[in-house]
Amino acid sequence: MKFVDEYRDAKAARELAACIKAVVTRPWTIMEICGGQTHAIVRFGIDELLPPEITLVHGPGCPVCVTAVELIEKAIEIASKPEVIFCSFGDMLRVPGSHRDLLAVKAAGGDVRIVYSPLDALKLATESPDKQIVFFAVGFETTAPANGMAAYQAHRLGIRNFSLLVSHVLVPPAIEAILGSPHNQVQGFLAAGHVCTVMGYHEYEPIAAKYKTPIVVTGFEPVDILQGILLCVTQLEQGRYEVENPYSRVVTREGNIPAQKLIKEVFEVVGRKWRGIGEIDNSGLALRGEYRQYDAELRFGLADRKIEESAECISGLILQGIKKPHDCPAFGTRCTPEHPLGATMVSSEGACAAYYRYRGTTASGRRAG
Amino acid sequence: MADDKSFALSCPTPLANYEQILLAHGGGGKLMHQLLESVVLPALDNVHLQPRHDASVFVVGNQKLAFTTDSYVVSPLFFAGGDIGTLAINGTVNDLAMAGARPLYLSLGLILEEGLPVETLSRVMDSIKKTAAEADVQIITGDTKVVDRGKGDGIFINTAGIGVVEHSLDIAPGSVRPGDAIILSGDIGRHGIAIMAQRAGLQFETTIESDCAPLHTTVQKLLAGGIDIHCLRDLTRGGLASALTEVARQARLGIRIREIAIAVCEPVRSACELLGLDPIYVANEGRFVAFVPENDAEKALAILRKEPVSEESAFIGTTTVDDAGLVLMTGTIGSTRMVDMLSGEQLPRIC
Repeated sequence: MKFVDEYRDAKAARELAACIKAVVTRPWTIMEICGGQTHAIVRFGIDELLPPEITLVHGPGCPVCVTAVELIEKAIEIASKPEVIFCSFGDMLRVPGSHRDLLAVKAAGGDVRIVYSPLDALKLATESPDKQIVFFAVGFETTAPANGMAAYQAHRLGIRNFSLLVSHVLVPPAIEAILGSPHNQVQGFLAAGHVCTVMGYHEYEPIAAKYKTPIVVTGFEPVDILQGILLCVTQLEQGRYEVENPYSRVVTREGNIPAQKLIKEVFEVVGRKWRGIGEIDNSGLALRGEYRQYDAELRFGLADRKIEESAECISGLILQGIKKPHDCPAFGTRCTPEHPLGATMVSSEGACAAYYRYRGTTASGRRAG
Repeated sequence: MADDKSFALSCPTPLANYEQILLAHGGGGKLMHQLLESVVLPALDNVHLQPRHDASVFVVGNQKLAFTTDSYVVSPLFFAGGDIGTLAINGTVNDLAMAGARPLYLSLGLILEEGLPVETLSRVMDSIKKTAAEADVQIITGDTKVVDRGKGDGIFINTAGIGVVEHSLDIAPGSVRPGDAIILSGDIGRHGIAIMAQRAGLQFETTIESDCAPLHTTVQKLLAGGIDIHCLRDLTRGGLASALTEVARQARLGIRIREIAIAVCEPVRSACELLGLDPIYVANEGRFVAFVPENDAEKALAILRKEPVSEESAFIGTTTVDDAGLVLMTGTIGSTRMVDMLSGEQLPRIC
């Protein structure tokens, strides 16, 4: 498969691992931002190829993991309404709210459907005029253009029985929150290639400069990830802190301008709660102006509803790179993909789920990364 | 931001066991196993259910027989490479084949939804007739029920099958021994992706057809060739990963496989990349794994490669004393990872 096989090539991977070994002289902690990268690292065992000096920690870039309990509860409430067809990407259905998940709503008679695109949900709205179609718009900058397009099209076509429950989050404020934390251990970042495909990477340049931290735009295949690590380690060893883009087959500095325009047209930047982490200023997107009429929270009168996360599992610490899944005593015992305690065990991109699936419940005999 | 104080581990109360049935309870993964172990099997427990095999083998008079049943609720009813009728015959034939039996007779239970076009039923019956003839089985008893509109999904089918066991081997997970060779009978993922593509309206350059096929003649050839088969398992719901995990647990042995040896055709690989699926979890309807003694592996491969349904058979791994109950896979870049049973479901209702 073109653009896949050459980036999963064992020889190229081993050569890059050897280069990393040759460059490194002391311990470094690097965070991959994106859950897709975490998944690839554990699935392909990329960390097993690395010298012991390199510690990879797993970032907050899993939209399923960071969606606040409050929004899950709102989703459950909306999906339970008889007039609603609630559409979502599959993973969101298993995220526990305070007591229930969307799968349980479905089993109890709620019309909850898995879709592959928000435009499928919009199509459903035109086909079911007597129903309210609600799409759970989760994700980072990557999914914002498609979700924005659904609102844009709904507005253009005058489709009134469609709305979005928006849970959009942004990467740069999360990086700043991690770097600004007194507990921060992260010395370099692998930025998420698909986020940068949309947004470009110019917005990371001031962050790299301010925190003196290298940021490398990185793809999702083993060779991409190893190349990202090599560049990051090389910068760290040389005392440089730049934004580098080895993922240039996909990403440009300016990103996808039409997609960015659409995001600006439909969304505005707002503060958002991150599950397990808390409120981060200017870290999310919400529908703006005339598109607010498609905001499901407003339509169903839930905008002022506040639900505090009481006692939370350690997923917040995992998402900030402070803890690893194996550090949690509940990991693999009381907390499993079937009965997740926290979001990082739910999403297939969540760090705990990736460890559980590919590593088992003990770290014995293997380096946890 | 959370600080270290919050690492007092006060996770929220876990979701209690679901009080209602989820689709995932039928997905062939862990939730289904939990349901079987906690609700279904306690009510039935007997010695015949112990081996947890695709079919039960028992003796009547001097004859060893195999008996199995399976229900088919696939949506859509018709898909590239087959339909619910071909599945209903081949699925049950294959469950008998996996016990090393020669299938003889099937039952056919039809549950039809009010409003179903008779023409649709005729098409399904035609393919049942054709598939049964090809598999050389006869349907000798049956039942038809109709449910209210909205209470079915067109057609649901149940088939049960009886076969004869004409050898002295005990083909079951309990017979697997350390050092056994594991042979996979061809490329994986075609059935699940064919269904998924149809359901999601995905178009590929080449149509991916289900691999739905009867496997019993292939198994009979292995037996006739004198292969000391230890265990067979078809790779239906949950795919290769779930089949191997089940055998590893039941045999209390480790399984080591090599990812590079597992064939996945290009369109299935592309579709899996696109849909975010791992092909080792995707369902098949005409593929199986065979556990045979290492000494028999080459001969078994030679026999399998002569058969059209298994001409791409490959040696994919071995069983080990170490890591009992676990499946470990060496990946394409040389690292090893654990292969776990599917947790929920990848695709709803694919068989």
